[in-house]
Amino acid sequence: MNRIAPFALLALAVALYFALPYNLAFLTRILIMAVLVLSLDLVLGFAGIATLGQAAFYGAGAYAAGLFAIHAWADPIAGLVVAGVAGAVLAFISGLIVLRAHGLTLIMLTIAVAAICHEIANKARDITGGADGLRGIRMEPVLGLFEFDFVGQTGFWYALAVLAVVFTFLTLLTRAPFGLSLRGIHESPERMAAIGTSVYWRRVAAYTLGGAIAGVAGALSAQVTQLVSLESFSFTLSAEALIMLILGGTGRLYGAVLGTLVFMFVHHWAAANDPFNWLFVIGALVLAVVFFLPRGLVAVPTALKRLGGQNAGS
Amino acid sequence: MTLFLNILVDGVAYGMILFMISVGLSVTMGLMRVVNLAHGGFALLGGTFAHWFAAELGLPFWPALVLAVTLTVALSLPLERVIYRRIYGFTDLQQVLATIGLTFLMIASVNLWQGSSLLPVPLPEGLKATVDLGFRTLPAHRLMVIAAGLAVVLGLWWLLERTRFGIRLRAAVDNRGTASAHGINTDRIFMAAFGLGAGLAALGGVLGAEILPIDAYYPLRYMVLFLIVVAVGGMGSIAGSFLAAIGLGLLETAARYLAPDFATILFFALVMALLALRPNGLIVRAQ
Repeated sequence: MNRIAPFALLALAVALYFALPYNLAFLTRILIMAVLVLSLDLVLGFAGIATLGQAAFYGAGAYAAGLFAIHAWADPIAGLVVAGVAGAVLAFISGLIVLRAHGLTLIMLTIAVAAICHEIANKARDITGGADGLRGIRMEPVLGLFEFDFVGQTGFWYALAVLAVVFTFLTLLTRAPFGLSLRGIHESPERMAAIGTSVYWRRVAAYTLGGAIAGVAGALSAQVTQLVSLESFSFTLSAEALIMLILGGTGRLYGAVLGTLVFMFVHHWAAANDPFNWLFVIGALVLAVVFFLPRGLVAVPTALKRLGGQNAGS
Repeated sequence: MTLFLNILVDGVAYGMILFMISVGLSVTMGLMRVVNLAHGGFALLGGTFAHWFAAELGLPFWPALVLAVTLTVALSLPLERVIYRRIYGFTDLQQVLATIGLTFLMIASVNLWQGSSLLPVPLPEGLKATVDLGFRTLPAHRLMVIAAGLAVVLGLWWLLERTRFGIRLRAAVDNRGTASAHGINTDRIFMAAFGLGAGLAALGGVLGAEILPIDAYYPLRYMVLFLIVVAVGGMGSIAGSFLAAIGLGLLETAARYLAPDFATILFFALVMALLALRPNGLIVRAQ
């Protein structure tokens, strides 16, 4: 499962591109959210840091990439790098404070960091455009070859490529000693501390790296939609990313992507059928997952197999 | 002097509202160890019912208030029985998620029933007036909120320190297992505490509708605020919640009067600094 899942997802993305040629903006949105949810999986699923403020780094990346493109250089790849650095710096500084706390206080501080960013972006109207959003982003072609088009074909392939790179990077990272030590910290911080691991600094490092990847996701969104709005910092975005991750199953990278895919389609379908009450569907979905599928969608095959086994045995 | 008095009255009134809404959250988090992000939803339900009774059915303010609080408590008890009792055993993260789901359901229900516009609760003439203190005038509504807040504080103190229920509740908060072994029905105590918290949240929601306006997205908008009161006060500590609510109310009101452009940023920065220094809140309960 672990080996074929990434390729199955890649094939699914390509298939969706041809199946829904008029919904490329929506598909690109899914790819971007998948990058954000992957960053959350690193922070929460692997390092075990419960956060509801991942939008802080997504927003920081989005504004950094937008401002960089407007004022400095409109090259997309350079923008991704700048946004990654912006997300990492914010995550490092806030992580130094936030990660001293535990449990509820930690969750609350992460919400507070995103709320402060939201407020700063709202108040600094001259730089960020305030509630109107940051407009006037004009990107140069990707790698100097592929122009961003109106249909969104370039945007789709660009986002898919970035997602694939992030996915591969995280796969390698989580198998490397650093990733294994994060798993160890998640399982038992006391034991890891006892064998000489600096738990606090490992967690800060994971948080910073998660911030960088969330920043890249924000940059993708800014470059593809050519607009950054205050929504990038919203609590709802953090909460939705968390829901997607739990829906798919934490601690498995393909679970994060799968959760994003299912959530975004349900969201899209619910919003299209009744734009006023899609929250109802999302709320019910979340409760159903927590109560009946606490390990997420990736646990479904195992659960079914166990069910089948029981039937065969009886 | 006038400015100082304005900050004092508005800040204390704001703090009282924060206290009424948050104290139930503090007790449930301290008692049941459940991270209940849906607590603000009870304030929303109270406000929505009060709006329905007062603005649509034309009832006077006070009966509407009593009916709204009663109805919210009546809804919260079966909710505790059916949903929350299962949530207690979950991990932090699952609790967060489940209660976010509940919040979404509450928002969607209010949205479906009353729409997403503002839901005002019309005040009686007596509360709209201003009270002349001789040297200056104060809005009657603010004074009523402060008086109601003090009544709630005294009532809670009496309930917890002087009644059998209070003794049992404190015993259950301090050590559930031992309390249960002494023949205290902790399940029923939890349910009563939950209903009490929901009722106080509804009361705060209705009385505070002038300060924190009610609409369907109310629980999401003010969730952070209520959580901050609990985290700053120290979980499960009622005195801590009161100190934190009044302190934060004064702090935010002062910031809004003195530096309106930076009020929210200043507020959050100070809260973060405080929590960095005292991660467990002002009053730490002995474990």
